[in-house]
Amino acid sequence: MTEKPGAAAAAAEGGALPGEPLLRVRGLHVWIEGSHILQGVDLAVPASGVTALLGRNGVGKTTAVKAVLGLVPRTGEVLLEGRDITARPTHEITASGVGYVPEDRGVFNGLTVAENLRLAERPRGRPRYGLVHELFPELRKRAGQAAGTLSGGQQQMLAIGRALLNENRLLVVDEPTKGLAPRVVAEVADAVARAAAGVPVLLVEQNLALVRRVADEAVVLDAGRVVHTGPAAELLEDAERTRELLGVSRAHNAEEGEGR
Amino acid sequence: MSTVVLLLATGLGLGALYFLIASGLSLIFGLMDVLNFAHGAFLTVGGYAAWWASVHLPFAAGGGWGFLGAVAFGTAAGTAAAFLVELLAIRPLYGRHREQILVTVGLSLAVPALVQGIWGADPLTFPRPDIARGTVGVLGAAVPRDRLLLVAVAAAVLGGLLLFVRRTRYGLIVRAGVEDRAMVTALGIDVRKAFTLVFAIGGAAASLAGALGGLYFGVVTPTQGVSLLIFAFIVVVIGGTASITGCALASVAVAMIQQFANYYTVAGLGDIAVVAVLAAVLLTRQGGLTTRTAERVA
Ligand SMILES: Nc1ncnc2c1ncn2[C@@H]1O[C@H](COP(=O)(O)OP(=O)(O)OP(=O)(O)O)[C@@H](O)[C@H]1O
Ligand SMILES: [Mg+2]
Repeated sequence: MTEKPGAAAAAAEGGALPGEPLLRVRGLHVWIEGSHILQGVDLAVPASGVTALLGRNGVGKTTAVKAVLGLVPRTGEVLLEGRDITARPTHEITASGVGYVPEDRGVFNGLTVAENLRLAERPRGRPRYGLVHELFPELRKRAGQAAGTLSGGQQQMLAIGRALLNENRLLVVDEPTKGLAPRVVAEVADAVARAAAGVPVLLVEQNLALVRRVADEAVVLDAGRVVHTGPAAELLEDAERTRELLGVSRAHNAEEGEGR
Repeated sequence: MSTVVLLLATGLGLGALYFLIASGLSLIFGLMDVLNFAHGAFLTVGGYAAWWASVHLPFAAGGGWGFLGAVAFGTAAGTAAAFLVELLAIRPLYGRHREQILVTVGLSLAVPALVQGIWGADPLTFPRPDIARGTVGVLGAAVPRDRLLLVAVAAAVLGGLLLFVRRTRYGLIVRAGVEDRAMVTALGIDVRKAFTLVFAIGGAAASLAGALGGLYFGVVTPTQGVSLLIFAFIVVVIGGTASITGCALASVAVAMIQQFANYYTVAGLGDIAVVAVLAAVLLTRQGGLTTRTAERVA
């Protein structure tokens, strides 16, 4: 579709080599309160498309994306466009062009919708309010409302809108459809699909209908390790393997409804 | 009647001092979970620096504009001290709360000791400017002007702080950071910068309290800061962390309770009454007087 901002940024800074993934994670270990949550995770996010990070509840998906962003202490190696960012503080990693939609949405309840968005503006950045308000007109309508009084779906729109406000080279989205009604799931799915056209996405998602719709690659975690990597379509075609890895059948998945 | 007015005015003056100290404490704790026991030391620095300037610096001497110079000098010195403490003692211990408490408690003991070593333990008479001399008649009571000056300054600081947290980019970062610091950093914002600023602002307010406290008490002493700090902490607990208005209300409430209880019961009972109120607040409401303060700065 449009020119990929990530690619443009990489070219400008002489970042990733051709063929090199945008994000590469090697030997990622996380211990939290004595338990070994991530046990040597290796994964790569290509410079375009959606990479889905899948796995049953509690296998470490959220921990993995937090570890990438430096939000939890970890060992191993995280390379963004070929540069080692492992030792960089979170704010430097994200300010360099990573948008993050956390699992719990992470909106600031005491701030208004407009303030939540304004907070995400980056110095010298050009905030894309046009895009955000086009995707989620509700956010413009409710600009003055405290985010804490928004419905769950509206909060999720705010969280995604906030991440899309800036041009990023990577978008990290953790279970955007969790706990949302079907209609809102569809809206959120559209937004993710639309975003994915412009920026590579690392998407944690349990809704396989959404995964099937938007994901190109799939990485499956189990008990803190990567147990499968490959094209998303291929994995989802194989009902047996999908059930084995994710503990769901296609039938069950179909009941959840296609995300549109 | 005039006694009540006088007690009210004195209570407001004391409340103004509490507010100047507690507002910074509250923001510092709210944003970074730092219990800053060194906050009283900034008050001591402010008070002594203002006194020193009034004695040694020509522009800060005299009863007219000189007073303004002395207060400005004291506040600047206290602000600089706060900035240095944050840079050298708090920041290297980022996230290590126990060590931070040890360091700030150490400073809260060291600064008064140092001051006492240099200028002695005896109270030093604080120069009184012309505008803070004498009294003003209010509803039949002769209210000392210094009380009114203190209240006016505290009100201006209250207004300034509200503007800061509600209208500025850093204020927005502070309000968000009080709710969820990690998420603010995940938006690409260096929260520590905002914290340094908040720490310096808190230090400025506390040292201003030190300089003006000299007016209220008539003297500066090495231990003024420490004793005021205890009540400022109580104010923070009652008013709720990171709540500027809650802090202002609680400052006035604590000071009034103290004044009235001391006057109408046995002197000294005021402090006990304040502790009783603290206990009542702790037992009945978790977030302090203003509800949901954890989510709302201002
Ligand atoms: N702060 C923490 N303290 C203790 N244990 C934690 C903490 N954070 C995560 N864990 C544990 O680490 C494991 C992985 O958690 P994580 O949130 O990464 O899983 P997940 O794959 O995202 O699960 P879900 O699909 O339910 O969101 C879980 O067993 C969880 O209980
Ligand atoms: Mg999760």
